[in-house]
Amino acid sequence: MRVTTPLTDEVIEKLHAGDKVTITGTIYVGRDAAHKRMMEALDKGEPLPFDPQGQIIYYMGPAPAKPGQPIGSAGPTTSYRLDPYTPRLLAEGLKGMMGKGNRSQKVREAMQKYKAVYFAVVGGAAALIAKRIKSAQVIAYEDLGPEALRRLEVEDFPAIVVNDIYGGDAYEEGKTRYARTA
Amino acid sequence: MREIGYQEIVDTVARLSMEVNYYLGDDLLAALRRAKEEEESPLGREVLDQILENAQVAAEEQMPLCQDTGMTVIYLELGQEVHLVGGDLTEAVNEGVRRGYEEGYLRKSVVENPFSARMNTKDNTPAVIHTEIVPGDRLKITVLPKGGGSENMSYLKMLSPAAGRQGVIDFVVESVHKSGANPCPPTIVGVGIGGTADKAMDLAKRSLLREVGAPHPDPEVAELEGDILEAVNRLGIGPMGFGGQVTALAVHVDTFPTHIASLPVAVNLQCHSARHKSAVL
Repeated sequence: MRVTTPLTDEVIEKLHAGDKVTITGTIYVGRDAAHKRMMEALDKGEPLPFDPQGQIIYYMGPAPAKPGQPIGSAGPTTSYRLDPYTPRLLAEGLKGMMGKGNRSQKVREAMQKYKAVYFAVVGGAAALIAKRIKSAQVIAYEDLGPEALRRLEVEDFPAIVVNDIYGGDAYEEGKTRYARTA
Repeated sequence: MREIGYQEIVDTVARLSMEVNYYLGDDLLAALRRAKEEEESPLGREVLDQILENAQVAAEEQMPLCQDTGMTVIYLELGQEVHLVGGDLTEAVNEGVRRGYEEGYLRKSVVENPFSARMNTKDNTPAVIHTEIVPGDRLKITVLPKGGGSENMSYLKMLSPAAGRQGVIDFVVESVHKSGANPCPPTIVGVGIGGTADKAMDLAKRSLLREVGAPHPDPEVAELEGDILEAVNRLGIGPMGFGGQVTALAVHVDTFPTHIASLPVAVNLQCHSARHKSAVL
């Protein structure tokens, strides 16, 4: 299924755990340190560096771009580290997260409550993934280097729905299907 | 005495830091291809295809295989008949890392003040350096960039000797199970058994340097590796955690004598982008 950003509830309702999608449009990039700063901004009642309404955050810290390229290798980082911050961003209107690995119960519940989806990107396929990124721009926290907040334009960016709004979990379903007893 | 110069070490570490992040070893590529043959899950096979295609793109374009080019772990085997000239050994290694990560467009992933300010050191130093003095007049340098995602999935347990072989298997399998998709499976499961707490973890990480899937020379240890691999691959986690038979490509176990009261077991998981490279000066 081809998905464009920003995400609407209508699109989110069609997504189910295990679905393969390609994403086209603007996405935002932030990982540990950028999330911490965004929380500090919210604590102080300041606006976030971007409006999260309907947007996707990709958990990623890219390798430096070579001359003439928009970005270096750009695969996902492990998502659970962002769990403490995620429900608050969902409450602010964020509609999607992309990373790798399992999310906490609290995050999964918040995704159902606020109608948001968690996508996985294939970890370690970072050179290949970079080809789907057409432009990249640092929009805040430049001092954080690879952890700065970025805006990307992506085209047919491949991802897999892990957690949908119906409580589905592609990791759990996959494991149950292929687990064997001794 | 044979002399080895500061600059030669800098140049070698810089070159290895770049090459190790662009090219996967032939042993790993063969293991990934075998995994694709064995994997029954269509999505699992697709993931393995992407991993292999990524390796090709990275090599052709000299791009990092993974954006996480790791904290740089360096093993030095320094011959006792070597005379190092022209500067400090630790500084030579760190200068090599600094240069390699800058010239090679590799990500700088190291922060200082780890529990507070966490400011990026901006050159990926300091490296974690393990130096061993060995017979001879050569210097062997091994670079192992270790990504945070898989390194975070590390476990240590000081078992009671009574727990025995089954206790070891249970702990390793449980460690892989609770790591799930996080360490980028299919992994190589590094296991260290024996010594002290620190020695066990050192053994676990060093075992990752072995040719992928090559059995331990001691048949008793090799049998344990086989049994753990089978148990791990029954978990169903599969490539990148989407379900499948191949959760681990290999289990590497190394052992060391231990205290009469102890049975330390350490687990150090290595993601599928298992990068390490050596050179001998």
